[in-house]
Order: sequence, then C-alpha cells, then structure tokens
Amino acid sequence: MHLCEFTYAYSTNTNCFKKNNNIGQYLFVCHLVLPFLHHPKGTFTISEQFETQGQTFSVLIISRVSPGSTSERNHTSDSSVFLEVGLGSRSCFKQNDPLISFQSLGAHEYPEFVKIVEVGPRDGLQNEKEIVPTEVKVQLIDRLSDTGLSVIEATSFVSSKWVPQMADHTEVLQGIRKSPNVRYPVLTPNMHGFQNALAAGATEVAVFGSASETFSRKNINCSIDESMLRFEEVLNAAKDQQIPVRGYVSCALGCPHEGPIDPSKVTEVAKRLYEMGCYEVSLGDTVGVGTPGSMAAMLRSVTREVPCRALAVHCHDTYGQALANILTALQMGVCVVDSAVAGLGGCPYAQGSSGNVSTEDVLYMLHGMGIQTGVDLSKMIAVGDFICHSLNRKTNSRVAQARGSQL
Amino acid sequence: IIKYFGSIPRRVKIVEVGPRDGLQNEKTIVPAETKIRLIDMLSDSGLSVIEATSFVSPKWVPQMADQMEVMKGIRRKPGVSYPVLTPNLKGFQAAVEAGASEVAIFGAASELFSKKNINCSVEESLQRFEQVMVAAKAAGVPVRGYVSCVLGCPYEGKVAPAKVAKVAKRLYSMGCYEISLGDTIGVGTPGGMSEMLEAVSKVVPVGALAVHCHDTYGQALANILVALQMGVSVVDSSVGGLGGCPYAQGASGNVATEDVVYMLHGLGIQTGVDLPKLMDAGAFICHSLNRRTSSKVSQATHCKL
Repeated sequence: MHLCEFTYAYSTNTNCFKKNNNIGQYLFVCHLVLPFLHHPKGTFTISEQFETQGQTFSVLIISRVSPGSTSERNHTSDSSVFLEVGLGSRSCFKQNDPLISFQSLGAHEYPEFVKIVEVGPRDGLQNEKEIVPTEVKVQLIDRLSDTGLSVIEATSFVSSKWVPQMADHTEVLQGIRKSPNVRYPVLTPNMHGFQNALAAGATEVAVFGSASETFSRKNINCSIDESMLRFEEVLNAAKDQQIPVRGYVSCALGCPHEGPIDPSKVTEVAKRLYEMGCYEVSLGDTVGVGTPGSMAAMLRSVTREVPCRALAVHCHDTYGQALANILTALQMGVCVVDSAVAGLGGCPYAQGSSGNVSTEDVLYMLHGMGIQTGVDLSKMIAVGDFICHSLNRKTNSRVAQARGSQL
Repeated sequence: IIKYFGSIPRRVKIVEVGPRDGLQNEKTIVPAETKIRLIDMLSDSGLSVIEATSFVSPKWVPQMADQMEVMKGIRRKPGVSYPVLTPNLKGFQAAVEAGASEVAIFGAASELFSKKNINCSVEESLQRFEQVMVAAKAAGVPVRGYVSCVLGCPYEGKVAPAKVAKVAKRLYSMGCYEISLGDTIGVGTPGGMSEMLEAVSKVVPVGALAVHCHDTYGQALANILVALQMGVSVVDSSVGGLGGCPYAQGASGNVATEDVVYMLHGLGIQTGVDLPKLMDAGAFICHSLNRRTSSKVSQATHCKL
C-alpha cells in the first residue's frame, strides 16, 4: 500500500492526470481504475487536503506491477511518490513527474511472454496406464523439440521399482535428439539418481518437495525435512557441476490425504528450495482441487518470500479449474506454466479422472490473450495426435478435440 | 488491505440451461418424462432459474417437440423461475398458453449467423422480438434477451465488440430485464471477453448482464472468471455440460454447471446451489442419455480417492 500526495489536474479532454503547475480549479474524477479494482463505481479511499498553493490529495492505492510488464514503478524517496494507474503501454512514469492516463476498465496486467514447461514425456507418461516403449518416448520428445518449446522434461531417474514407466530413463536421455534451443531437465530424487542422470548426459535436473507431510511420507517415504536434506546434497553436487536445478512443491493447493494446505507451509518449502539454489520453483496443484481463490491466497503468501520471476504453476485439471487457476497466476505476475501435451497423465488419486492440463488448451488461451510463448499450436496438436494414437487413447485437450472435428 | 478479488460479486445467480440448450444439442432425443424428471431434480438442487424448453417449431428443433407436455408436467417450485425460448409472437402465445411465466428471445451479433440460424437479418429478428416484447409487457411476462456469437462466429470469424454492444443495447432498451452474452462456439479467451464486456457495459448496466460461455476450446471457466472480475454476476451453464457443439462435431459445448459451481464456491461466492444434489441430476440425465458427463468435477468425485 502506498500513500501518495501530489498535486494534479485532471484534464477531461485528454483523460489523464497532469501535474498542475498552476493554481487553478480542477476536477478529480472518482473512478481511478486500478488493475483489480475496476468495479464501475470505484472503491478506494481519497482524502483531500487543501493547501494554499494548489490542492493536494492523499490517495490510498495498492499498486502491483508484474516483472517484465511494460510499466515499471519507481520509488526514490518518500517525497517523490508515484501514483500508478493504468496498465501496460498506456501508463508511463518519469521520475517525479508522472503523466498518468486511464487504462480501460476491466483490463488486467499480464506478462508479455510466458514460458511453457512441457511435462508430458515425464509427468504425463508416468501417470498413464499404458507403458510406452522407448522409441515412442524418444519420438515424442523429438517431435516436441520442433514445436518451439524451450523446456521439455524428458524423464525421471527414480528407481524403476517405484516408477516402471520411467525404467528406460538412460536410453531415452541418450536416444533423443537434443535441439540447441531446448533444455531437457530430468527428475532426480536423490544423489543416486543425480549421478545416474549425470552419467546419462543430463544438463539440468529437478527435485520434488511437498507442502504436505503426509503426502511426503506416502509418496517418497520420508518427512519434508528429510527430503530437503536429500535435495541439499543434490543441489551441492549440482552446483559443482554447474547443473541448474528446478524445485517442485506438490500439494500446493490441497493434499489427497490432509485436505486443504496452509499457504504458509507452501511458502516455507518454496523458500527453502529457492534458498538452497533452485533457479525456479514450480508450485503444483497435485490433485487439481484448487480454485482461483486458493491460488491467489497461496501466491500472495509465496511471493512474499520468493520472487515472482522464479515461480511457475503446475495446475492439474482434475476438477476443470486449471485454466482459471493459471489465469489467476498470470494476473499475479507468474510467467512460467507447466503443462502436458494432450493432457497426458491421469490423476493417480482419482482413478479415471484427468490430471495435467493440456498444453494445447493453455497455448490457445495465452495466444488468444496476445501473450507470446514461442510455441506453434498446430504443431503441438499434431504431436498430441501422435502420442494419443500410440497410447490408443483420446486426447484430453478440448482444443485438439475441437480442431480435430469438422467445422 | 483490499482483497485481490475485491470486485468479484458475493452472490452469483446460475441460469441452468441444460434442459433446453443442453438437450437441444444432444444427439439422443429423450422422452418428456425424462425431461420432467430432470427439471424436477434441478428444482431441488437450489437453482433459482431453470430454462425448461423452447417454443420453436418442432420442424426445426425436434428435441423440443414435447414443449407443451414438459411445461405442464414439471413441478413448479416456489421461488424458481422456468423461462422458455420464444422466437416470435406465435411461440410466445403458445408458451403463455402452456403456462410459461417468463420467456427468452435470441438475437445474434453476427449477420451471417442470424441468416443461417433463423433465416433473417439481425434487424429483422429484432423487429420480430419487438412484437414479443409488446405482448409480454401486456401480459406482465418478463423477457430475457440472448446475444449469440459475442466472441466469434462460425461463419464471420471475429465479431466486433461494438456490434455486440449495439444488439445488447437494443434488447435492453426494448425491455429485456437481462442480457445473456453467448460465446456460441467457445472460441473466446479472457482478453476478448474483457474487451467485449467493456464495450457492452458502457451501454447496458453490468447488473443486467450474464455470460453464456461454451467450453469447446476449454476456455469457459477462465472467461467466466474474467467476467466476474468485471462485475458480472449471472452465469449460464448446463448440468453435466450437456449439449455438444453443433459447429464442431464431437466437441464439447456448454460449460458444466458442476464445474462452475465448484469454482464459485471455491472463491467464496454464494450460489444457493447444493453441489451433490446437482451432481445427482447430472448423473441421472447422463445415464438416460447413455453418455459420460462432461463435468470434470463429476468425473473426479465419482472416482475413488
């Protein structure tokens, strides 16, 4: 919250505030529109203070700027405060002398670019009933490499005893064509997995923590603290080898065993992973129970401790909430989204339900909003067709279903 | 601290269109008793508006041929409204005769869609509706207006927000108490939704607006969220996500009421709807239609956790 005091004149014909150098009469129009207070009647506090030289206002505002957006907030000292109004390219600031214009009602600030982290070959295939042969996995990843994606999670160096679908991790990592503009992170639960991954040629890895104690114990057989110690080992070894590490926090919006999860717990785990050295932390709604309200509450908490630019959201679509949750995350400044081609990967906690959100549907939304991703939707749909055909299953992507039908 | 979603309404009215928009677009035709049972179950789930049927000629919409029987057969729960579609004066008169106490008229924001769908221009359709409005006013029957193709047309492609606003304004000035803005083929995304709503809310008060989002491209809930953030507090949806898209064979159509209610309740918004009872109604009709529900919430809830 910022309390601003300034002298401004409102010009009705240019619809903007200009710093008033003259003492004179002016209007203050009481619907200053802030990104998320765009109720037509306007709801915020203004108190007026009049001085002999011109008029000053105190305006209580909440300003929020997404990193990477075209408007930036400049704080120098208390004496030069800025009123931030408007969004994107229609607001701009000069030090101490902002010229502010209204943005249209209802607009939100969104990132200009969103990075998609494609988890189909790992999270997707890991949760499919059918085990897919190595050649098909390799083909899938190679085709994905041609769609414009910059990150494709290739496999998991977990014991094949636990995850038989990923038993061929070494063959897959060695078999894929490594495109120069693409990274191929792999999951590594511990040092053993990390060393195997390295030996197989991995250049980026990921570790998987949980915001729920019960989930941690049931899923990886240890407490959250114990898992963090294991990850620290991996992080230290990775640092030596200059291997970037991505952190995951599962059950960020709810746990299949514990139910609702306190945002502070998610923050604790995310912060730990970030401070350990993870370059990015992906917050996962593992059972898809989250809604925009719980997403916003969780992100509000996490972004106090971990910078927005280091966060990603990994939403499951089990209750159909994924795109709405992703939209909320974007509105709060997150600009990395995990998804799986064709919505591969059911939910292991709700048999027959869907799991990962479909990359195609995410792309459709982002592109429709003018957000760039670098990914070609048509190519993605074609890759989805390929893998669904190989798995002998229907796609979970609504976009693929619609495009695949006669119009 | 002002909450993040400060402008989202506290209460949202759900307009359940499953028995009409849903069943009208299903391949399987269900008998009147099934329709009646569905509507009765929906009446018990806490919904306050259930679109019951359509007084369109059975020549065009055979699924709604039993309109009279359905209207007369349903149990009218006090406090629940059962609007019916009436494309013209003749349909209106038949509806009133069958006991309807609320009707709805359907305009389009796209000329081509209007011509192909109801065989006349947008202007001609509005003139037909004026006749209905006059009769409705005389009979004290409230009228809801629909605008279709607000975020895109299967024939024209992009639709200008100004055109949507123009048609919405006309319907509102004619006397419609509420205007439902329909993304008929589900192509809209949050950017387009907010742009369109901005244009329309300049000429129709936001309190009189509803959104009718189709989920053909999976965008419905995201689009509804944006509409809520802009102050819209009425949402159309269909139990079980009934009703495929007539313009994309095999693709989904209406957004599922269960999924909408799940999101709204998760946001702390009141709807008055009892989700388990709603899911029961959804399970019933899907069983009768011999099809799987399109609602993800229903799918997840019926699975073992």
